[in-house]
Amino acid sequence: MTSYTPTVTPGRDGFPALIRAEWTKFRTVRGWLIALAVAALIVVLVGLVSAAGSHRSCVGPHGRACPASVPGPTGPGGEPVSDSFYFAHQNLVGDGSVTVRVASLAVVKPDSPQPGDDTTHIEPWAKAGLIIKQNTRQGSAYAAIMLTGSHGVRMQYDFTHDRAGSSTARWLRLVRSGDTLTGYESADGTQWTKVGSTHLNGLPKSVPAGMFVTSPQHETVSQSVGSFSTSGFGTTAAASFDNVSRTGSWGQPGWHGSAVGDGPEMIQGPDGHGLTQSGGTFTMAGSGDIAPATGGDNTVEGALTGTFAGLIVLIVLGSMFVSTEYRRGLIRTTLAASPHRGRVLAAKALVLGGVTFVVGLVGSALAFLIVNKIRRSNGVPVQQVATGTEVRVVVGTAVVLALSAVFALAAGAVFRRGAGAVVTAIVLLVLPYILAIASLLPVGPAQWLLRITPAAGFAIQQSLQQYAQVSAWYAPPNGYFPLPPWGGLVVLAAWTAVALGLAVVLIRRRDA
Amino acid sequence: MRYALHAEWTKLRTLPGLGWLPLLAIALTVGLSVVASAAVSCRTGCDQDLTQVSLTGVDLGQAVLAALAVVVISGEYGTGMVRTTLAAVPRRPVVFAAKGVILAGVVIPVGVVAVLCSVLVARTTLPGAGVVLSEGSTVRAIAGSVLYLALVALLSYGIATVVRDSATAIGIVVFLLYLFPILAQVVSSPDWQRHLRQIGPMNAGLAIQATKHLDRLPIGPWAGLGVLTAWAAGALLAGVLLLQFRDA
Repeated sequence: MTSYTPTVTPGRDGFPALIRAEWTKFRTVRGWLIALAVAALIVVLVGLVSAAGSHRSCVGPHGRACPASVPGPTGPGGEPVSDSFYFAHQNLVGDGSVTVRVASLAVVKPDSPQPGDDTTHIEPWAKAGLIIKQNTRQGSAYAAIMLTGSHGVRMQYDFTHDRAGSSTARWLRLVRSGDTLTGYESADGTQWTKVGSTHLNGLPKSVPAGMFVTSPQHETVSQSVGSFSTSGFGTTAAASFDNVSRTGSWGQPGWHGSAVGDGPEMIQGPDGHGLTQSGGTFTMAGSGDIAPATGGDNTVEGALTGTFAGLIVLIVLGSMFVSTEYRRGLIRTTLAASPHRGRVLAAKALVLGGVTFVVGLVGSALAFLIVNKIRRSNGVPVQQVATGTEVRVVVGTAVVLALSAVFALAAGAVFRRGAGAVVTAIVLLVLPYILAIASLLPVGPAQWLLRITPAAGFAIQQSLQQYAQVSAWYAPPNGYFPLPPWGGLVVLAAWTAVALGLAVVLIRRRDA
Repeated sequence: MRYALHAEWTKLRTLPGLGWLPLLAIALTVGLSVVASAAVSCRTGCDQDLTQVSLTGVDLGQAVLAALAVVVISGEYGTGMVRTTLAAVPRRPVVFAAKGVILAGVVIPVGVVAVLCSVLVARTTLPGAGVVLSEGSTVRAIAGSVLYLALVALLSYGIATVVRDSATAIGIVVFLLYLFPILAQVVSSPDWQRHLRQIGPMNAGLAIQATKHLDRLPIGPWAGLGVLTAWAAGALLAGVLLLQFRDA
């Protein structure tokens, strides 16, 4: 009598073997590989369609084509800026300071107001004060201390930096000492308080310095179901300065007035535009803004509009990765082979997450590069952003796709049916994004949806920055998410983790 | 046909886990409509189309009804039930028509409840006169929204018959519905925006909800619903042809 000894060594049931098993299951279903390719392709294709519909098609007078679009000025940090104001300046050589009292800052009524224009109130961010600038070109480095329409005294420098002073001061002083510029304020001209200071590296010895005034566009937004439109009109502010005094060595004998940039109302006319001087009082009017540019037109992430479409494909794929095992009964084999049910789900999530991340990265990188290239060659002035931001947008998109696929997988394990899982994942992930972005919802509810639902993860695609010192329509249809990029991604990751946890609990408790 | 209808009704009625879909559709439709209406403020004069705002929920509820329509046919493919069905009623177009009729018979009452509840609840939060129910354009918007939901359900049913898998079919329907509004938002050329809104099943179909500024619409209310009807008819035709000439 011989006893049977198995000649085959028992299979390892370690985690690497599980991953290998799940990977084999995944790669041997031809439909799923096709779906992966479709997901990447559809991101690119939707982007291409949006690029095809976004060429500058305008015909100038006498049938001539428009001049090629000129990108606006960019600041010292490379970000797009507006830089238009009226500037009464002299060259300050070396160290020195200038002091003024802002006697008045008021709105200038336009010669021909459009119906509906509010021409009686000063813009909250109209600015009048002192500025020292690297040169008079748009976008060059500067530091300024100013009185604003309704935000008190501000010290601002290099477009993106803003520091609040008091709300009552009228006296302003700007001091240069080497590369350091310091702004002071005073209510009476004797007691001075420092508002802020900054280093402007590489400031030349001789710099234009003096008084400035400007007033930003007044924008109104009207939103209807499915679309929104912004309309705006340029505003002009007039300011008068007195008690002007200077220290240090100054280049010219008198103040020289000129417009920097091309604010819409920057005409020098008889009605107070330009610089006038009577006694010790200087009066001038200006239009425009010294601030970072805002607005959701032609963002770099516009190339990734197809993300939601790729997401739908990956949601279907993710939920099927589990639900088909239930439908075919394969799940019983799987769980017999590896009785640690939680580990099975973890292996599935890892395989699916890894594969969808790689495919998502290929899709989003291709879409980003190709579509933005086409848009630029079509004359669309696509906004320039830092390389780090571009990488964050592209890689973040891939992370959103991978997390969403894992979320759908968890939903598939919870529902054990494809239909229920797909409906749940789409209602939670895709629809809030669409309702908010396509302007189908008013801004308030749209922002709440993008805070609490997993669709918050799309915030990682936002390349625009929100600035407290610029009034603009910071709303989802315009490219602004309510949560910061990484915050939004954390919300999505939390939803995915909770869903996966629920799936693990349920798969352990229930019969397969 | 009468027996086929009866059979389909029994199947739909007794399928466990389907009952929550109509309820979810009603809840989401009414919920979103109320949220959208509550956010309307009339500081600068009510130029907004309040009827349309009070029907915003249809944008969301349609997705759930589309899922219901998909499951009606693809559920049978998932379980193999379709072979029994076709053995019992060998004339396949009859089966297809019976399912479609039963589906419409379920979706239309659900749509009526969802749309009427939306308008009535939204009326309590809307400022000013709100929605005037007796106006012809309001009646058109309400009745049209119900028709819209039914047509979206039939479109989904046709697509589901073509692809036979519920998850895939729901994905395709959602993609088809929401692709056009998103694209219209991102393209910058006004011509493209207008054309995308004219041909997209959702944008065109929802033109029926407009009661104000009809001249500014990219497509008229009834013409828009006609576009959606064409989409649905195309999907149904493809569905019935494939059902007829393909092995189940």
